[in-house]
Amino acid sequence: MNKLNNKPLDFEKSVYQIEEKIQELKNLGAESGFDLEDQIKTLIIQAEEFKKQLYSSLTPSQRLLIARHPQRPSFLNYVEMIATDWTELHGDRAGTDDRAIIGGIAQIEGQSVMLIGTQKGKTTKENIEYNFGMPQPEGYRKALRLFYHADRFRLPIITLIDTPGAYPGIKAEETGQGTAIAVNLREMAKLETPLISIILGEGCSGGALGLAVANRVYMLEHSLYTVISPEGCASILWRSADMANTAAEALKITSEDLFRLNIIDGIIKEPLGGAHYNWEITANNLKEQVLSAIKELSGMSGQTLKKDRYEKFRKMGVFLEN
Amino acid sequence: MSLKDWFEKRKKKQLDPALVESKISGDDLSKLWEKCYNCNAQLPKKDLEKSMYVCPKCDYHFRIGARTRIAQLLDPNSFNETDINILPGDPLEFMDTKCYLSRQKEARAKTHLNDAVITGTGKIEGWEVAVAVMDFAYMGGSMGSVVGEKVTRIIEEGIKRKIPIIAITSSGGARMQESCLSLMQMAKTSCAVARANEERILYITLLTEPTFGGVTASFGTLGDVIIAEQGARIGFAGRRVIEQTIRQKLPADFQTAEYLLKYGQVDMVCKREELRKTLEKILRIHASVLKA
Repeated sequence: MNKLNNKPLDFEKSVYQIEEKIQELKNLGAESGFDLEDQIKTLIIQAEEFKKQLYSSLTPSQRLLIARHPQRPSFLNYVEMIATDWTELHGDRAGTDDRAIIGGIAQIEGQSVMLIGTQKGKTTKENIEYNFGMPQPEGYRKALRLFYHADRFRLPIITLIDTPGAYPGIKAEETGQGTAIAVNLREMAKLETPLISIILGEGCSGGALGLAVANRVYMLEHSLYTVISPEGCASILWRSADMANTAAEALKITSEDLFRLNIIDGIIKEPLGGAHYNWEITANNLKEQVLSAIKELSGMSGQTLKKDRYEKFRKMGVFLEN
Repeated sequence: MSLKDWFEKRKKKQLDPALVESKISGDDLSKLWEKCYNCNAQLPKKDLEKSMYVCPKCDYHFRIGARTRIAQLLDPNSFNETDINILPGDPLEFMDTKCYLSRQKEARAKTHLNDAVITGTGKIEGWEVAVAVMDFAYMGGSMGSVVGEKVTRIIEEGIKRKIPIIAITSSGGARMQESCLSLMQMAKTSCAVARANEERILYITLLTEPTFGGVTASFGTLGDVIIAEQGARIGFAGRRVIEQTIRQKLPADFQTAEYLLKYGQVDMVCKREELRKTLEKILRIHASVLKA
């Protein structure tokens, strides 16, 4: 992905201005024949320094913009970049093929896997098809069917998550949104095959967790993982959606926060500025992490994998006891 | 008041567990009359206690605290509370319009509870059970680390002692003040239910007014048998969120216990006065197939 296609986010406008200036100088040098190489070099070094500083001190709400960037690679983009022989498996076998959750079998560097993810679109048309990455209960039930399939054939399961949450609607309530998620949480605990989850962008509430009771959980550097969207939290606790930035700070949603709280096992690096600046680098980093996790887990027996998962989540929580 | 009357009253107070319990759970006893939220009838508090906090005029089920619930459902004096010394922390140093610590303090003063759930073992018509009972009065019955830990421990206790487990929910969902730690309690409690399933331990859930969000999407709806109390509203997303998302009016009975029954989401809807009898029946039927 070429960054020319990316509109600058508000806080990175100065980066674009500097880069424009550098380009102007280059053009000037070429036209006038002056030797501006040294000046340009210095400027480039300074620009890099500036970018490093800017992107390493982003606020949670700025990182939210990166996590939700329209050009951020989606589940299917990663599938295309990391897997071969992708074979999508459709449907929940009960009347529906929810498009917000997509699953299938594939190979990663020769390793057979089950890949399941929430899908967001890049255009309005795609977003309508994928319901903005908000699954219905039927999507979770499709995932469950695929979990069982993977379990039967001992395929490691990789779930890639990017969702603003499970869909809140009339039909979703009638067909049991809460139950569908709950059942997935419980059934993931019973699987005897390795389960690896990666938060790609937004990991909001039960809708994300419904695919993430895994042996290993990783987050992309600029993704977020939270109990509720900052907007939702702001409208409940502050009674104003305008306080979303404050809520984003308070909720501790960044990958570093989650790592510090021992909720995730690691952070997958993104290129400077975010995954949308270089899809390939991001996908490669993600693939490396997936392969090393599979390697680590593939020696474990089914019972050990279950125990590993139980103990991982059993430890979570902070309370006082005397 | 004659001396005899005074003694009578004192004796009655001591004997009536619901009265004693409700005092502990923070129910307001200073009021002698209670107004029914549904039909506006003025009801003497004493009558209301006798009718298990159900309006005798319109059948409206009042919200009740965890202690009152235990007094109503378990055999007298059979309840042994567990994990009474677990208290919430403030791992994120969370602050919205108030800080989390002062919200905890207020909730504790109001309810005399350490957090939004009471757990323990007890008996229903002689059948031993492990129970978790949530209390909505403590921060909206929200699930943070303490609720998740206590529910998980009581499920593990039920598994260890090979006795049925009953979870009685009343919750607005996961506790935002503990953010992702609260979210992980959904995973933790559901993993514990998975173990109960594998050990063939009967797990019953009773969903009471109101049960939403993270509790609906975890241990609340994982019961081998799911009972909804009459009049309870149960759902994943709140009414307001759905209305804002779809921009439509919702049906009047949306997310009521009866509505969920119609759509196959719960096994039965039960009046409060029938709960104990129903639970006993389910326990008895399953007892015959349990390992000796």
